[in-house]
Amino acid sequence: MSAAALHRSGIAGDPASPIHRLDPRAKLAGFTAITLVAVSTPLAGWPAFAACAVALAAIAGVARVGPGVVWARARVVLPLVVFAAVFVPFVRGGPEVAVGPLSLSEAGLETFLLVSAKAAIGTVSAVLLGATTGFPDLLHGLERLRAPRLLTLIAAFMYRYLFVIADEARRMRAALAARAYHPRHALQSAALGRVVTALFLRSYDRGERVYVAMLARGYDGRMPRLAALAFRRVDVVFLAALAAVLVPARILSVAA
Amino acid sequence: MSCAIHARDLRFRYPNGVLGLDGLDLRVTHGERVAVLGPNGAGKTTLMLHLNGLLAGAGELEVAGIRVGHGDVRALRAAVGLVFQDPDDQLFMPTVREDVAFGPLNLGASPEDAVARAAEALAAVRMEGAGDRAPHQLSLGQRRRVAIATVLAMRPRLLVLDEPSASLDPRARRELLEVLGRLDRTMLVVTHDLPFAAELCERAVVLSAGRIAADGPCADILGDAALLAEHDLELPAGCDLARIRLRTPADPLAGVPAPQPAWE
Repeated sequence: MSAAALHRSGIAGDPASPIHRLDPRAKLAGFTAITLVAVSTPLAGWPAFAACAVALAAIAGVARVGPGVVWARARVVLPLVVFAAVFVPFVRGGPEVAVGPLSLSEAGLETFLLVSAKAAIGTVSAVLLGATTGFPDLLHGLERLRAPRLLTLIAAFMYRYLFVIADEARRMRAALAARAYHPRHALQSAALGRVVTALFLRSYDRGERVYVAMLARGYDGRMPRLAALAFRRVDVVFLAALAAVLVPARILSVAA
Repeated sequence: MSCAIHARDLRFRYPNGVLGLDGLDLRVTHGERVAVLGPNGAGKTTLMLHLNGLLAGAGELEVAGIRVGHGDVRALRAAVGLVFQDPDDQLFMPTVREDVAFGPLNLGASPEDAVARAAEALAAVRMEGAGDRAPHQLSLGQRRRVAIATVLAMRPRLLVLDEPSASLDPRARRELLEVLGRLDRTMLVVTHDLPFAAELCERAVVLSAGRIAADGPCADILGDAALLAEHDLELPAGCDLARIRLRTPADPLAGVPAPQPAWE
């Protein structure tokens, strides 16, 4: 991922919208619920998928996150999942249906539709969570939801230093290009391996320096906490509204 | 009253055999601003890490009334604020406010108190509005000022800065000088930027091969061309020391006067 793409990530839409201002815990719980409902529903329970899609569209509308932003971000992961599922209709056995000149497995086609729907809902959930919640807030929310401290700490450092390392990589690439490095085939790409090695060593050294700087400010192995999160009435309303849409749809799909 | 720094015969050798300090003697009184000058490898950073107990050599070292290696490490780190050369090493939290509050929280401050101290420290370096921003959204000069705030929030009695003016453009450098000029605190400034030292520090010591080679008023040390040449230091061409006025907390804007138009 390029540094420019990194800088494009983060909050999108209207930062003052009610969705953006929700407690990150409410958003984590809400989007996780949408994803779980989608993942756990069989194809016959399509009303549940519809309910998830409606909920996501409503959230995007309130937060003023446009379809362009959602598509630009979903594009990063969605094609990979759909690409994996697209071959299933061709290789799966059982009764076949003719779609134009192609003869496809019926069960395979169902699997493809199911995987695509689940992938789309899961991806858009994650995209909307990322577009309406700053990464530091997300980490706070996870911490308060008792996510393992070590994992949130690693994520926090990764977020901070991803930009620094991406910047270093960009400079090294520019330095290579400035000396007319222009690989034409795989055998000439050895220099790239050295860049990666150098980048690793630099990052390792930086890790040591960051640790010393932390010690110098009294770090004793425990990360201190600063902000307290407040779960307000509007957060409860958000979750209740989601439940009102998702729970009946999921129950109906079980009955079906 | 005790000295801010009292080092006697300080010696340190790195595990790979490189000599860091070789019998260093240094005495700094409270309120002094001292420039530490010297070529690369003279032991400047080694000395800095000793002041905070991050390295421990042989000899005696007392900083802010605490005997390093014998007393309370937490109290020592509260009393001595180290500002490292690369602000990206110092700023590691997702937002500026959390980073500035990191030190006070480690010292046992309540979250409210830590936030108040962070606001005060950010105001002292004129970065009031930056609390919610991520460090990577700031310029190098701004990041360096925030790095200084991270240390000021701990209310240290001694401030140690490593190459504070390195790679800053002239404007960021001047802003930094104004911020530092205002701070009424004992300061040790490790630098290669001799005009920077002349504007900020009344005293200078030259460190060479792990020991103090010269110690005196900054103007005298910087005015001694032979001494500077001997220790691989030099003033920029055309630099006129006589025109540089020392910045003090009472007069932080002194600096270098603007050039007079030729027709006057």
